[in-house]
Amino acid sequence: MTTTSMPVLTKKDFQTDQEVRWCPGCGDYAILSAVQSVFPELGIPREKFVVISGIGCSSRFPYYMNTFGFHTIHGRGPAVATGVKITHPELEVWLATGDGDSLAIGGNHTIHMLRRNVGIKVLMFNNKIYGLTKGQYSPTSEFGKKTKSTPYGTADTPFNPLGLVIGANTSFVARSVDVFQQHLKDTLKKTAAHKGSAYVEILQNCNIFNDGAWFDLTEKDARVDHVVHLEHGKPLIYGKNRDKGIRLKGMELEVVHLGNGNGLTEKDLLVHDETNPNPAYAFLLAQMEDMPGFPTPIGVLRSWNRDRYEDIMSRQIQDVIGKRGPGDLSKLLNSGDTWEVR
Amino acid sequence: MATITDPVVRAHKREIIEKAVLRFCGDSGDGMQITGSQFTNTVALYGNDLATFPDYPAEIRAPAGTLPGVSGFQIQFSSSDVFTPGDSVDVLVAMNPAALKTNIKDLKMNGILIANSDAFTDNDLRKAQVTSNPLEDHSLDGYRLFSVGLERLTRAALQELGLDAKTMDRCKNFFALGMCYWLYNRTMDLTYKWIEDKFKTKPLLVEANKMAMRAGYNYCEATEAFQVSYEIPPAKLTPGTYRNLSGNQALAMGFVAASQKAGLPLFLGSYPITPASDILHELSMYKNFGVMTFQAEDEIAAITSAIGAAYSGALAMTTTSGPGMALKTEAMGLAIMVELPLVICDIQRGGPSTGLPTKTEQADLLQAMFGRNSEAPIPVLAPSTPGDCFWIAVEASRIALKYMIPVIILSDGYLANGAEPWRIPKVEDIPGIQVKFATDPVGFLPYKRDPQTLARPWAIPGTPGLEHRIGGIEKQDVTGNVNYEPMNHEKMVRIRAAKVEGIAQDIPEVVPAGDPDGDLLIVAWGSTYGAVTAGLKSARAKGHRIGHVHLRHLNPLPRNLGEVLGRYRQVLVPEMNMGQLLMLLRAKFLVDAQGYNKIQGQPFKQSEIEAKIEEILG
Repeated sequence: MTTTSMPVLTKKDFQTDQEVRWCPGCGDYAILSAVQSVFPELGIPREKFVVISGIGCSSRFPYYMNTFGFHTIHGRGPAVATGVKITHPELEVWLATGDGDSLAIGGNHTIHMLRRNVGIKVLMFNNKIYGLTKGQYSPTSEFGKKTKSTPYGTADTPFNPLGLVIGANTSFVARSVDVFQQHLKDTLKKTAAHKGSAYVEILQNCNIFNDGAWFDLTEKDARVDHVVHLEHGKPLIYGKNRDKGIRLKGMELEVVHLGNGNGLTEKDLLVHDETNPNPAYAFLLAQMEDMPGFPTPIGVLRSWNRDRYEDIMSRQIQDVIGKRGPGDLSKLLNSGDTWEVR
Repeated sequence: MATITDPVVRAHKREIIEKAVLRFCGDSGDGMQITGSQFTNTVALYGNDLATFPDYPAEIRAPAGTLPGVSGFQIQFSSSDVFTPGDSVDVLVAMNPAALKTNIKDLKMNGILIANSDAFTDNDLRKAQVTSNPLEDHSLDGYRLFSVGLERLTRAALQELGLDAKTMDRCKNFFALGMCYWLYNRTMDLTYKWIEDKFKTKPLLVEANKMAMRAGYNYCEATEAFQVSYEIPPAKLTPGTYRNLSGNQALAMGFVAASQKAGLPLFLGSYPITPASDILHELSMYKNFGVMTFQAEDEIAAITSAIGAAYSGALAMTTTSGPGMALKTEAMGLAIMVELPLVICDIQRGGPSTGLPTKTEQADLLQAMFGRNSEAPIPVLAPSTPGDCFWIAVEASRIALKYMIPVIILSDGYLANGAEPWRIPKVEDIPGIQVKFATDPVGFLPYKRDPQTLARPWAIPGTPGLEHRIGGIEKQDVTGNVNYEPMNHEKMVRIRAAKVEGIAQDIPEVVPAGDPDGDLLIVAWGSTYGAVTAGLKSARAKGHRIGHVHLRHLNPLPRNLGEVLGRYRQVLVPEMNMGQLLMLLRAKFLVDAQGYNKIQGQPFKQSEIEAKIEEILG
């Protein structure tokens, strides 16, 4: 990202005067703080940002960002954002959404936006619950979860969000966590640098309706053993003593212990390649969160480049103008067979 | 521009008549639409006024020879004004028993029936659920029947080309077309040109179709089967340059014109649906005008992407039919709340639900007026003729942009697919559209309104200093901040209503056609224009004092409509629905108007309007 000759922006420039109304202790505050810290560093003029959202606690986000913002309707953020990007491809469009907004009602728009590779950066705040409507289960809630609408437990198996979007051939797929501030900021920077669609799942804690949903990963003692940091070109290694790792055996991933007398070292571990064009690789990584005994990967699972939808569209328009000349309204009206009446 | 050579003089009688109604009908695979369109273009270029009515079946290709598969094309052409495609048919060309069975009731007594006798085998009769052969059982004695073996004759004409039977048979519609060209003394130059262009990669097919058409023409000439041919002189249309076009084509061109006049890029978010898909097809070809057409994944993405485009400064539109309007309602509410310009086109069709996809109706008016949660008023416009679709597109865009508001256009399948000669306007005669984006951060507030129009400023992303947030939650006037206060909500509801009502100051007053006061006022909208205009003419000739108001603006209604209603003893509202405009007029004006309601998937006939007027006025 090149810096242009423009005033230096700070976090304060991206804060609005609106009173932030999320519940005290909500994970969204941390996400807001991270985004407001990262945006000023991107070298992009403030007026070029557009923050779009659907409906949900996540989707209150635009009101707290001092940029152009559009709080749309439930699930439809990706479609509105697509209209913005096609009309003005040079704008920096970010979409704040949640597990319900993006994967329930918005599921269809999500996968189509991603398969088209429209250059929109999606931040999906996954708290595994419907917060704004006060506690129903979501498409990412665990099987059998008892909630307001499922007092006897859910009957459905949840989506694996990143697996789903990898299936839509998303060109940038990442996961971070609300309370891992530095990791979140780093992930956001990488997201900003990506040209096409980006889908970032941010594990977020709703302390009112689903408190502790991610404590397994976020509590200080747990995190070291239950989270593996993905870094391009580096092996998948984790654990308090960096003695656990992930290895690829055929088409399966396996957890291995290093230096356990089994002769395994770091060199035997899977080395992360976020640019692997084969989505099956990223899909394997995405399955880890559902496999017992495996850590949950955070960081960038996949990052590769293909043409953005809006660029293909605008190139097409330029091509036709080149071939047929700019549109002539009089010629259009008089096209086809015409005749004179005197 | 094509030149028309004089028709050949021949030995039989040539009768000059004022008008004729011709209908082609056959299987969906018989090329009836092509045949009808070609005939239309030829008579249009010759200078006749005309109106067409293509009548498609819903299936892509039902089993050959069956009743659901019948496709028809009707044209009325005349040396005087034509308002409808004709109530009853003078010449019916029936390609098979199923087509004959479904269409014979519309042929005039002693009308000409050209039937393809080769398609009346026992098997064909069975498929059409017909027990005896009508060509032989004297059931058609009331008509002038011409039994013509189209397959046999076409094959004979094409035998030297060495084509297989199936290919030769597919040219039989051109044989029938050639016959009709002879019957009406029209030259075939234009269709020759079309054939050459359409089949240019297959020269053998070019030759085959041209030969088939010539053979049909010569058949009439040589056999003297027809003792009379007809000549319909050109009509006295208002001087100018004309072209033929369908309602959907006109709508598409109207939006391109509006975008050019406004200096804005045009964005269409759309999802294929009968009978609106053609607008998407048409606009997708105008990329050299910078038109962005987005075929979305569903109807909701179609409208929400258009809202995103409007937010970003485009002239944004979405097109659909009834079922799609239902899906779009929540998004329409959002557009109303965020007060962005957007044009929503509903090409109405028979409903409810999937209904009759290829048949016309005008039963979405109340949906357009009220089909959203809460108080969500939207301006509603309706074109009257295919050519009027162009002007309505321009007018709807003007209103949307001036008032920062979504606008609904209610067209219908009959207008969308029907064609008429259209006087091409000069570009400078199309009204200009002023558009001003907000640019100055000083004093900028997202909901600070223009005192006259109540429109809020259009501040598009990318404009420095104008960063602000909009959304579907109720907001405080002027500042645009989220606001739940009771008095603010009522104020905003009333402002949104006042904005729509204020448009009435900006649209013309109605001037009734016919008598300015008297016994009866017909108030109508949409595609009933033709039948009502024609019916009115003949009823007034009988001495009744009748006026006709044809509404193009349905919301808000023209400001003098109430006064006009009061000038007549009775008010009649003919509609292809159960009485929707009727309900609106009765409620708003406390007028005891009566309805004439036809909900059959077919347009009104001139004779139906005449009969109703007669029934009312005695």
